[in-house]
Amino acid sequence: MLVFNQLETYLYLALLLFAIGLYGVLARRSLIAILISVELILNAASINFMAFNRFLAPHPAVGQVIALFIMAVAAAEAAIALSIIVAVYRKLKSINIEHATELRG
Amino acid sequence: MNFPGFLSPQGIATIAFFVVVAVTLVGALIAVAARNIFHNVLGLAMSLIGVAGLFLYLNSPFVALMEILIYVGAICIAICFAIMLSEPLYLPRPPRKFTKILGAMAGSGLVFIFLLLLTKKTKWVPAAERSTDWSVTTIGHYLLTNYSLIFEVVSLLLLVAMLGAIVIARGGRGSS
Repeated sequence: MLVFNQLETYLYLALLLFAIGLYGVLARRSLIAILISVELILNAASINFMAFNRFLAPHPAVGQVIALFIMAVAAAEAAIALSIIVAVYRKLKSINIEHATELRG
Repeated sequence: MNFPGFLSPQGIATIAFFVVVAVTLVGALIAVAARNIFHNVLGLAMSLIGVAGLFLYLNSPFVALMEILIYVGAICIAICFAIMLSEPLYLPRPPRKFTKILGAMAGSGLVFIFLLLLTKKTKWVPAAERSTDWSVTTIGHYLLTNYSLIFEVVSLLLLVAMLGAIVIARGGRGSS
């Protein structure tokens, strides 16, 4: 059994990518850096879908369709998030999340 | 797991797989750990190219191509534009408190350990009957028959996202 023909390899890899992305979301303060980390998390989910598609699913087209769906949603999310970041910068002159506290009660 | 000889086709494929894995993980580490935001974006692009390589190993060249086209070609470039439109890079940024970094590491580490144990414990059972039809033609068929609702919803979502992005971001850097 080759290492790249095992489901577990891909699952552990996606897990590592997810953990790295989660660390980025928790540790960084720049909004753009947080967006980058969210993209990593979405890619980890994508790898999981594709791995299950390759090794378990009854029909191999289904997982690929879902991976394409994730990509389109990620593109929409990135466009909206980036425009919000530009608007926040215009309002606060900063994209540090610790300065974006206007909604605090 | 056994290791074939280095010069056999399987050996070369295994070495290439480890290179792809290294590109993915090193890129992801650069994307979260580097201080310069541009290095973060370049790390993200590197990691996504690695993920596209993984998709090639998972028998899906079409999705790998789309990954490079959409993520590296569109999203990373859009992030670069957002960086240029927002905070200038020469401003000093104080380093984050060490306790907070440690807290983030502990949080993601706990989730990692939980999911690792979950993955180890589960028995993955393949479907009883598995089709072997991996062609792009089939994906196209599915997108226009069984999954045409997904196709339409995605196009509507992208249209709404585009309009929303234009409305929110109109005005540029200096105006208020």
